[in-house]
Amino acid sequence: MPLSGLEIYKLLPKTNCKECGFPTCLAFAMKLAAKQAELSACPYVSEEAKQALAAAAAPPIRLVTLGTERNFAVGNETVLFRHEKTFYHEPGLALRVKDTDPALEEKAALVDGFSVERVGVNLVMNALAIENASGDAGTFAGAVAKARAKTKLPFILMSDNPDTMKAALEKEGGMKPLIYAASDGNVEAMAALAKAHGASLAVKAETLDGLAALTEKATAAGAEDLVLDPMPRHLAGALAAFTQLRRLALKKNFRPLGYPIIAFAGDGANSPEEETIAAAQAICKYAGIIVLDHFDAADVYALMTLRQNIYTDPQKPIQVSPGLYEINSPKPGDPLMVTTNFSLTYFSVAGEVEGAGKPAWLLVTDSEGMSVLTAWAAGKFDAEVIAKAVKNFQVESKINHHKIIIPGLVATISGDLEEELPGWEVLVGPREAVDIPAYLKLWQ
Amino acid sequence: MPTTVEIPKEKWTGKVREVTLGATPSNGGTRGREVVVGGEATLPFLHFEGAIPHPPVVAVEILDRYPDDWAAPLKEVWGDVMKDPVAWARKAEELGAELIMLKLTLDESGAADGARAADVVRAVLGATTLPLIVRGPGQAEADNAMLVPVCEKAAGERIAVGLCEDKNYRTIVAAAMANNHLVIASSPIDVNLAKQLNILISDMRMPMERVLMDPTTGALGYGIEYTYSVMERLRLAALSGDGMTQQPMICFVGEESWRQKESRVGQGVPAEWGDWHHRGVIWETVTAVALLEAGADIVTVRHPKTLELVQSTIQKLMAS
Repeated sequence: MPLSGLEIYKLLPKTNCKECGFPTCLAFAMKLAAKQAELSACPYVSEEAKQALAAAAAPPIRLVTLGTERNFAVGNETVLFRHEKTFYHEPGLALRVKDTDPALEEKAALVDGFSVERVGVNLVMNALAIENASGDAGTFAGAVAKARAKTKLPFILMSDNPDTMKAALEKEGGMKPLIYAASDGNVEAMAALAKAHGASLAVKAETLDGLAALTEKATAAGAEDLVLDPMPRHLAGALAAFTQLRRLALKKNFRPLGYPIIAFAGDGANSPEEETIAAAQAICKYAGIIVLDHFDAADVYALMTLRQNIYTDPQKPIQVSPGLYEINSPKPGDPLMVTTNFSLTYFSVAGEVEGAGKPAWLLVTDSEGMSVLTAWAAGKFDAEVIAKAVKNFQVESKINHHKIIIPGLVATISGDLEEELPGWEVLVGPREAVDIPAYLKLWQ
Repeated sequence: MPTTVEIPKEKWTGKVREVTLGATPSNGGTRGREVVVGGEATLPFLHFEGAIPHPPVVAVEILDRYPDDWAAPLKEVWGDVMKDPVAWARKAEELGAELIMLKLTLDESGAADGARAADVVRAVLGATTLPLIVRGPGQAEADNAMLVPVCEKAAGERIAVGLCEDKNYRTIVAAAMANNHLVIASSPIDVNLAKQLNILISDMRMPMERVLMDPTTGALGYGIEYTYSVMERLRLAALSGDGMTQQPMICFVGEESWRQKESRVGQGVPAEWGDWHHRGVIWETVTAVALLEAGADIVTVRHPKTLELVQSTIQKLMAS
């Protein structure tokens, strides 16, 4: 939480030497609070004051990065509800495998390569969690080495034994893993390992008091990038604990719990579907890392989609540039369709036309990133807007006919559009993108 | 020295209204049970902070005719019962539905037959002991033509009828008011429009204990984030004491989710989308769960497996 001018003033030398360029230390403090001056302008400021000011400027939830080549960062969130601003750092999705799993390498490669494109974005998994189920250090380290040969994704190394963890860290390849986990008995040793290997460190405890005590010990031992596991026993418990952690960090600026949260969606789930449900809750409500125990493409695709949706900036819908798009190399005689520049709308329509294997011209209007119906209701996708786009993007120079297909949802504007575009024939297309292939088959 | 962390709690000044669906014989209807929703004095499932007297409930959506345009996985799983709304409703009750949502459609000729609609509603009421939600085809004139006779014929059953929209609420509200039913107030993903419609309905002297609120549902991948945030904002307003936002919320999850490509199309889609049937169920389930986390009191679903999954999720979320 930022300090007030008076609080900053207390940390300054109070000599009014003017060397910073301001008449008094108080004036300088006020400028600092307003972020209109830099602390470095004061030649006499103490180390203590520097640290205090840096700490006050730090985000309430620490940004923690896992991985090197394929890294992801979580934390640094500023709101409890996405409409207040936005959620910034999508939670990382990880798959947990046991070091005894004969399919370990196969799963590592699967998680590494899985990718789905949605509205122009490649959705991927972010990490592999390897659990020391064997209880043996050699087996664990061997599994880590094998997995590393298959993927550059960051690892979450799971063992309570610092010696076993050390063995695994030596095989991990220096790619900023997450050590899971420090608890009462091993926190100093685990924190030392995290510090030595540039790793982040998860702490686990069943109570918030326990977690706060652990993070204080871990930071005292030199581990800075921490992740919290409040070990919830069920769905409602997870929601309560994660909400309390987020509130403490944001509303109380409670430093000992100002770290991202890790969720184990499979714990307490009786089926893969229940695990997916727990992961969906974790996406909505405050997890930074979500560990799955099963991998099913449909489940993972649904979760990635939810993650993309919830982490979209509410102020800025994902949009594409307005213009005349060519799909499947259209010729002047091919159909002309029009839609809005909301990404989902564009990619749904373009995807269907592509899938149908039909060449077509797709005119995308500037509708401020709104979907067809929303834009129409807001007056951003009416006859005038479409007619303007036809002119601005010189549609008539590209095609040799005067037919334009409008989305079925806005059939009511066809009359207006014929008035705006004299000599044109306005055709009403399907209401849903999914019905476009069938429609295009009939187009002559 | 052990750290003591104080659990951060909000002090809410308002709560959601309780709304009762269905009437048992002692209350003038024929239902086997009544379903109460609403009453929350805190955000969804935060039991440490305030009372949540009633769990959210799951309604199964059925149609008054065979749903030709529904996705194949749905037709496979329901089978022949879809040919008869009476059999369909019975099956849904048997599977554990807490409410039935009956969607009325136009005739093949495009006509809105009010007498037929009323008969179907009566027949479905006869087939199940559950409270009923009845929706019209979604066109102003057709809705009025069908829902008015439905309200009359089902007088006293305390069914929920809709959708009432800003341009088309008076007739439906009047019919529901006269026959002791509830209404569903529907607005297009907007806090102020939702509030305004509640005010208009309240101005007709409809008791607010008989109004459900539909914020308009966006499915997973197709605008769920808009619905999610509008619902969070409505619920925050309700808990902060804004009386015209305190209606329980209903989300038509099945209808929206099964309309999308992921659920409707099994062939020619990326292999990374996974198994079609499973994907459809998960799409519907994840949509429902996310909206329950945002404050839904009633979710309507289409697939029996979704019904089971969402109900067990609600059970777990209600265990404090």
